[in-house]
Amino acid sequence: MTVPLDYYIILSAFLFAIGTIGVLVSRNMIIMFMAIEIMLNAGNLALIAFSRYLRIMDGHVFVFLVMTVAAAEAGVGLAIIIAIFRNRESVNADFLNLMKW
Amino acid sequence: MEMLVFIVAAVIALASAVMVITVKNPVGSILYLLLSIMAQSVLYVMLSGLFVAAFLVLIYGGAILVLFLFVVMMLNIRYADLGVDTLGRLKPWAWVFGIVLLAELVWITMGRMTRFAGVDETFGSVPEVARLLYGKFVYPFELTSILLLAAIIGAVVMTRKGH
Repeated sequence: MTVPLDYYIILSAFLFAIGTIGVLVSRNMIIMFMAIEIMLNAGNLALIAFSRYLRIMDGHVFVFLVMTVAAAEAGVGLAIIIAIFRNRESVNADFLNLMKW
Repeated sequence: MEMLVFIVAAVIALASAVMVITVKNPVGSILYLLLSIMAQSVLYVMLSGLFVAAFLVLIYGGAILVLFLFVVMMLNIRYADLGVDTLGRLKPWAWVFGIVLLAELVWITMGRMTRFAGVDETFGSVPEVARLLYGKFVYPFELTSILLLAAIIGAVVMTRKGH
């Protein structure tokens, strides 16, 4: 293993930051969801890297659980997007001012 | 050699992640996310997480992204709406806070250069992970079924028409 642990963790940090910026900057709800998936994947990469470093495989199980949560979140979230699109004809998050009046 | 593979995979993963949040067309950003995930699965293999690498491709590439694609196809999105910039003067702050977060994350991890120790061949293989899943972590594993059931019911209830 010639690549040190830090490189993986820094790559994971970069991916997490890109995901965060995506959620903050994008107004398209589908793209915001994908940015959340990027953040979850960044966490997964860090888990795998630390799991390999500590030589304990528990991290792999955690990645499995995180992926399950991501799948459930994508399913429910996209259902919410479809329901909103039926009502508002838009997927722009800023047009969702129904709770604001 | 290994460093070269790491750099190529990392650059592809990062560049396509950036493209995910910058491309205007949602279908394009889904495909870039697929590319990013494929590059990340290469990194998982390099970290000898063979089971999770296969799982990443199967679950993300095979299931979640197809779900995203279906939703984008179902919704007849007007692209004019997506171009509307409702963020205004807050947008630079989003970048500032994102970059501050990145600087923090890099700062706390940098400069250690920790090397990996060797592991035996079976590390991260399917039998070993399965032994953990059905042994030490059997209750969390079973609880994921309840989570998925709740997600299925939620998705069905949410998208039901006319109620």
